[in-house]
Amino acid sequence: MNANELTIKQARELLDRGDLTAIELTQACLLRIKELDRHVKACLTVCSDEALEMAKAADERLKKGERTSLLGIPCLVKDILLTKGIKTTAASKMLENYIAPYDATVVKKIKEAGAIILGKTNLDEFAHGASTENSAYGPTHNPWDLTRVPGGSSGGSAAGVASNMCLFALGTDTGGSIRQPASFCGVCGMKPTYGLVSRFGLMSMTSSTDTVGVFAKTAEDTALVLQTISGKDEKDLTTSETKLKYDFQDSLKGIKIGLPKEYFIDELDGEVKKIVEEATEQLKNLGAEIIEISLPNTKYAVPAYYIITPSEVSSNLARFDGVGFGLSANHEEIKNIKEFYQKSRGLGFGPEAKRRIMLGTYALSAGYYDAYYIKAQKVRAKIKEEFIEAFKNVDIIITPTSPHVAFKIGEKVDDPLQMYLEDIFLSGVSLAGLPGFSIPAGFKNGLPVGVQLIGSKFNEAVLLNLAYNYQKITNWHLQKPQLSF
Amino acid sequence: MKLSEEEIKHIADLANLELSTEELKKYGGQLSAILSYIDQLKEVDTSDIDSSEHASGLVNAWREDEVKNWPKDEIKLSLEQASDFEDGQIKVKKVL
Repeated sequence: MNANELTIKQARELLDRGDLTAIELTQACLLRIKELDRHVKACLTVCSDEALEMAKAADERLKKGERTSLLGIPCLVKDILLTKGIKTTAASKMLENYIAPYDATVVKKIKEAGAIILGKTNLDEFAHGASTENSAYGPTHNPWDLTRVPGGSSGGSAAGVASNMCLFALGTDTGGSIRQPASFCGVCGMKPTYGLVSRFGLMSMTSSTDTVGVFAKTAEDTALVLQTISGKDEKDLTTSETKLKYDFQDSLKGIKIGLPKEYFIDELDGEVKKIVEEATEQLKNLGAEIIEISLPNTKYAVPAYYIITPSEVSSNLARFDGVGFGLSANHEEIKNIKEFYQKSRGLGFGPEAKRRIMLGTYALSAGYYDAYYIKAQKVRAKIKEEFIEAFKNVDIIITPTSPHVAFKIGEKVDDPLQMYLEDIFLSGVSLAGLPGFSIPAGFKNGLPVGVQLIGSKFNEAVLLNLAYNYQKITNWHLQKPQLSF
Repeated sequence: MKLSEEEIKHIADLANLELSTEELKKYGGQLSAILSYIDQLKEVDTSDIDSSEHASGLVNAWREDEVKNWPKDEIKLSLEQASDFEDGQIKVKKVL
């Protein structure tokens, strides 16, 4: 077994015993990236020199006897989280040469914990998309089938973990951007409760649903990383005082799991449905009680999300005006500042960013604000209420993560509405600010299928414990794509 | 909901986006299709919802408005991101 294939927990033991050094582990990951990434294209930037420096520092800390969960563990970071001194592009032409002057809080936290940043991963431009095809630097390929998408928007992070380029990765999830790629790539993907993890240094997309989360190989590893990055941040006043506390127990006795019938619709692939049913059956065997529930407003989550998100996007992306940072149109013939803004933004943004800016500008404009934006906010409140009601009777809700397995590159690229519907089982959870955890649960024709575990606010521990128990009796999460070139 | 080319142009102008003729045509069709899909929100009875409530359930969190020193190296790195700056100030086109 190569060191890059280890879980955090396995590597932790070896590093702490002195049987492996952080340098060796980092070199194994860098070698894997070098071998594979020409084909997978998970990374936009690989910072080998900085990574080896960090590994050297981690080895020194280990030698001095320091023992912390992420010390010496190599990872990848989605390229929408600011990293001081290393380019952060958001996969946009707008920020092709942007170097952040400070670290995002999550980046700062994992660095302090001793994690090693190997590079920055590909995404849909500004996290707008569900396939990573909206990257201005070309798509990432799914390691299970290179002709297919890895999902998105955190496709590079998911593909990086799936192909053992790193031991974990940071991603972001605004309407499904961790959970859907985790499902497509066969890895664990945790979108935490809104407010558990600081958003400071995450480029804002939809400020009211943006979250930073984790891709990892096991539920145990997910917990280690999530615990490191969670907690109050004075630079993000939406963060809660809650810090993740978890405790793995060896039984699911007394746990009530809700199965919402609105998630088992005609659009759901028959084999994916069967996989979710089998997973549910296994959880029942572990002692959980299964209860059928109803979330009638589920189908309105995507339409509400695609008013709220573009509205916030149009406002958040207004900061890219060619002044101060980012792409700047500098033609001699530009007459005035308005034209300068228009040209800079026209050149810098890709098609989906433009589409969302237009949609949001329309939804917020005079005469339409009440009909679209206010209406969507009211529907959002109803969706949230519905989840609160459901959690009075159950501890966890289980659903498919995606209605299908990874689709072909190019298949949906000309149909934005089809791409939006990728979030059909995911955006409701985001609108309600709840935690969602996608874990591998099976395969269809060699392609991974995930199930989504939904919890009530700040109840990540229940999701982690359930996944931990499930992973003790299944090996879906241990299966890796066979890649050799 | 069908958006006319005039409406698309107006939205692009509000958003300070320069769009090519081809983009104007493409976005017109796509935005109309998306808005038609979104129109199903009208089916939901929301008469019982107070729109002033934020879905996150958060309440205002206050902090002191204090000036804090920004590390010199970060100031330098920040300014270097601008395409045009002079004497610690970013240069822009004439506004008025």
